[in-house]
Amino acid sequence: MTVKDPTQPVPGTYLFDGKMAKKGYGLNKMCFSFNEQAARDEFNQDPDAYCAKFGLTDRQINAIHERDIIGLLQEGGSIYYVAKFAGLLKLNMQDIGAIQTGMTVDEFKAMLVRRGSGEE
Amino acid sequence: MATIIGAVTTSHIPAIANAMANKLEETPYWKPFFDGYPPVRKWLNEKKPDVIVLFYNDHGLEFFIDKKPTFAIGVADEYHNSDEGWGIATIPPVTGESELSWHIANSLVEDGFDMTICQEMKVDHGLTVPLSLMWPGNDYGHVKVIPVCINCEQHPMPQPKRCYALGQAIGKAIESFDSDMTVAIFGTGGLSHQLDGEAAGTLNRKFDLECMDKLVACPEELTQYSNLDLVKIGGAQTVELNMWIAMRGVLRGKVTELHCNYHAPISNTGAGLLLLEHEMPE
Repeated sequence: MTVKDPTQPVPGTYLFDGKMAKKGYGLNKMCFSFNEQAARDEFNQDPDAYCAKFGLTDRQINAIHERDIIGLLQEGGSIYYVAKFAGLLKLNMQDIGAIQTGMTVDEFKAMLVRRGSGEE
Repeated sequence: MATIIGAVTTSHIPAIANAMANKLEETPYWKPFFDGYPPVRKWLNEKKPDVIVLFYNDHGLEFFIDKKPTFAIGVADEYHNSDEGWGIATIPPVTGESELSWHIANSLVEDGFDMTICQEMKVDHGLTVPLSLMWPGNDYGHVKVIPVCINCEQHPMPQPKRCYALGQAIGKAIESFDSDMTVAIFGTGGLSHQLDGEAAGTLNRKFDLECMDKLVACPEELTQYSNLDLVKIGGAQTVELNMWIAMRGVLRGKVTELHCNYHAPISNTGAGLLLLEHEMPE
């Protein structure tokens, strides 16, 4: 596991606390809006214009473009709202697990099976 | 007085709703999970509780982080589900129990639990998936549901010992309600899992099984954990164990495990199922 943020108390984990909630407010607000189909359509038509509406920072916009889930977390994204962005991209939890851990989806699923069965 | 007849714990992840919608219950991946449920459904159909007090966490449907209640309770006659953004099917309205809800809210605030009290509250998969699981075909309209929502998203979140105390206070409130209603308690979510970060995919089977044992026999031991402990041991979303701990706080006296099932993984989680009854002291 490669850990990109040494300031977090649990390796590989971005605790969503007050600091993150403040940093990620606009990003999370945008992703919260994806509960509505109309918002998802509007984003898909012009992602940059939609990001601008919520005042996303350049780093956040870049992470949205790159589908960089870790980047979104580092920029204050809460996984509950980032999951709605992933849903908009038709990615499920194994897909974004694979993206975050640098595995293929099959490798990530196999890891879950090993851990679930207590092998690991 | 209203009577608490027992309790159920279950996972509530959206993938379960998708599996039911796509009729995957008998596939090798899902069968060990769904095979756990018939005894619990049978108990519910035989005991026919009038009311379910259901502990869950909202995942960004009703509550955004503009205002994030630590503890919230619904007091409505009806609750609605809505699009959560990933295309899981919405389910029919959930019946509420306003009078008992208000009684619990009054009693809780009197006892020092300053709840957010909700007359309108969209309920997400945390509440709806357990209902769909227990009453296949979404045949749950006859059961009155009281939603109790615990913040599991944004730190600071209530600690396990506080969630246990909340459950105890809810038990006291239910038992002081002047009615012959029967009430069952649902603790939903969990167990070990982590969705976010490079540590995504964290799962801890041994810890999950220990939790299920302790929840029955010695729940106070689980209240010794902090939320940070749970994150370290089982992954970031293992804090959903707080809903199970709150459920257990409601039960009193000798607790008997009538049914238990554990299967991992489903999606990214360890999925535990318990059916408990209690023998209340006089």
